[in-house]
Amino acid sequence: MSAVADPVLPKRRSRAWVKFRKSPSALLGGAIVIFFILIAILAPLLPVPGPVETDWSAVRKAPSDAHPFGTDEIGRDVLSRMIWGAQASLLAGVVSVMIAVALGVPLGVLAGYRRGWTDAVISRVTEALLAAPFLILAIALAAFLGPSLTNAMIAIGISAMPIFIRLARGQTLSVMTEDYVESARAIGVGHLALIWRYILPNIFPPIIVQGTLTIATAIIAEASLSFLGLGQQPPAPSWGSMLNIAKNFLEQAPWMALYPGIAIFLVVLGFNLLGDGLRDALDPRDT
Amino acid sequence: MLGFLARRVLIAIPTIILISIFVFSLQKLLPGDPVLVMAGEERDPEVIAALREKYRLNDPLPVQYVAWAGNALQGDLGVSLRTNQPVLQLIGEKLPVTFQLAIMALIIAMVIGIPAGVLSAYKKGTWVDWLANLIALSGLSVPNFWLGIMLILLVSVKLGWLPASGYQPLSEDPLQSIRTMLMPAFVLGTAIAATLMRHTRSAMLSVLQSDYVRTARAKGLRERTVLVKHALRNALVPVVTVTTLLFGELLAGAVLTEQIFTIPGFGKLVVDAVFNRDYAVVQGIVLCTGIAFIFMNILADAAYRVLNPRMRDA
Repeated sequence: MSAVADPVLPKRRSRAWVKFRKSPSALLGGAIVIFFILIAILAPLLPVPGPVETDWSAVRKAPSDAHPFGTDEIGRDVLSRMIWGAQASLLAGVVSVMIAVALGVPLGVLAGYRRGWTDAVISRVTEALLAAPFLILAIALAAFLGPSLTNAMIAIGISAMPIFIRLARGQTLSVMTEDYVESARAIGVGHLALIWRYILPNIFPPIIVQGTLTIATAIIAEASLSFLGLGQQPPAPSWGSMLNIAKNFLEQAPWMALYPGIAIFLVVLGFNLLGDGLRDALDPRDT
Repeated sequence: MLGFLARRVLIAIPTIILISIFVFSLQKLLPGDPVLVMAGEERDPEVIAALREKYRLNDPLPVQYVAWAGNALQGDLGVSLRTNQPVLQLIGEKLPVTFQLAIMALIIAMVIGIPAGVLSAYKKGTWVDWLANLIALSGLSVPNFWLGIMLILLVSVKLGWLPASGYQPLSEDPLQSIRTMLMPAFVLGTAIAATLMRHTRSAMLSVLQSDYVRTARAKGLRERTVLVKHALRNALVPVVTVTTLLFGELLAGAVLTEQIFTIPGFGKLVVDAVFNRDYAVVQGIVLCTGIAFIFMNILADAAYRVLNPRMRDA
């Protein structure tokens, strides 16, 4: 088997890294994403009150030294709820994309590898799922599964799955025509080994790019579902549910709506910049 | 063209059947027995038995599906648990409201997105291009429900320029109707504008490198003529098709926008149906948007063939 050249060129990878490092917007995106990941991980260690700790003497207080982002309608610290809310948002973004990749990539590879009837059936199902708008599908699924963060992640993951089926299928079809796959087949490499060693590593770069961009979409989708009351349930904090409550106190406490929205915007922008940067860096046409 | 359309509609049939199977399966995801919910608190065994008979719940799943799909084909998508109205009638009533919102959003998106895309491509690599891209990416990253909340805070609460919520039918008072829809349409239009800008930029970049643009410039035509008459006209072909495909995004965006601005349209119907556990309405909405999206796809292909003469004989 070693007679067949390694299909993933290490040179291509290092060239991609050099290109990525040269892009200021990609680096900015990476920095924003890392910042929010650190905040989410370090939430228990940060010197802020608990996210569900209420202070009835400080209801809807404007930003001050004691509460830099103000307090909400029952005297909880908005900064603390935002820091803990980062966990829900990032978890939802990453886990739902993992669900979409775990279901979508094997189906896409299967369709592209087997072709024929398998491909026809998988492709038609994908088209049917793609026909319903992403958010409407996620809302419908979350409504039927019941409101919770876990169900919201499943709903978003299933709604995002068809994108990965389509991408993995297209990439597999293209990789299958490469000489190294032909050579591996000629020397009798089995189906599973062929997929595992030669197809998957080569279809992975575009999937990583799509995955990063889909995390951005999934974070907005989770915030939207939580905003509608279909995601994270109170009193646990999430940016979307914070905005849902904040819209009722716009005149009295505008800070309740301002900061969670900025957080969603920044983290989504971060993933979008990172995804765009990765796409440019991994694009083999542009060296 | 007719043959092309007929072929496309035929190909769409299996997809529509699959969507209907998916929508039918949604109700099977419900935890517990839906009949017990419908039967109310008394849970009279006779009522339960009658409901099971009515909804054919004693039959095997494929038989239930065929019965459900047969009714759907005749326009019977069930009855709303909340309003007792037929689902299709309910959707039909709300659609014109969302349609007005979507059209206004699309106009705003085109007015912002297309010139920004042209300018960005023309000034490729300059700070104008960089700024236009950053604004477009920001438009894609901002959650539209938050943008809506912030605009209400600024434009309605602080400045008092536009109403924060409400809806006036276009037929009753056109001016007031447009005034109430302006802010929601802007919110919905921003994300679409960003997508349009990116597509226009990429189409313009490829057109600007083509031979006929070079020829037009070599002939000594004014730059504006080259840009608008020669380049933009051709670059708009893919942009028109993309715009048709943005229909799904508009509908999905309308769900949250209508919720924030309390507009009684299709999007608000979805949310109300979800909260009232009006599952027949949720199913009807997914089925209708799915089928509508497939037809918009066909329309996009047809538009592409009409606009691109080289495709007509293909």
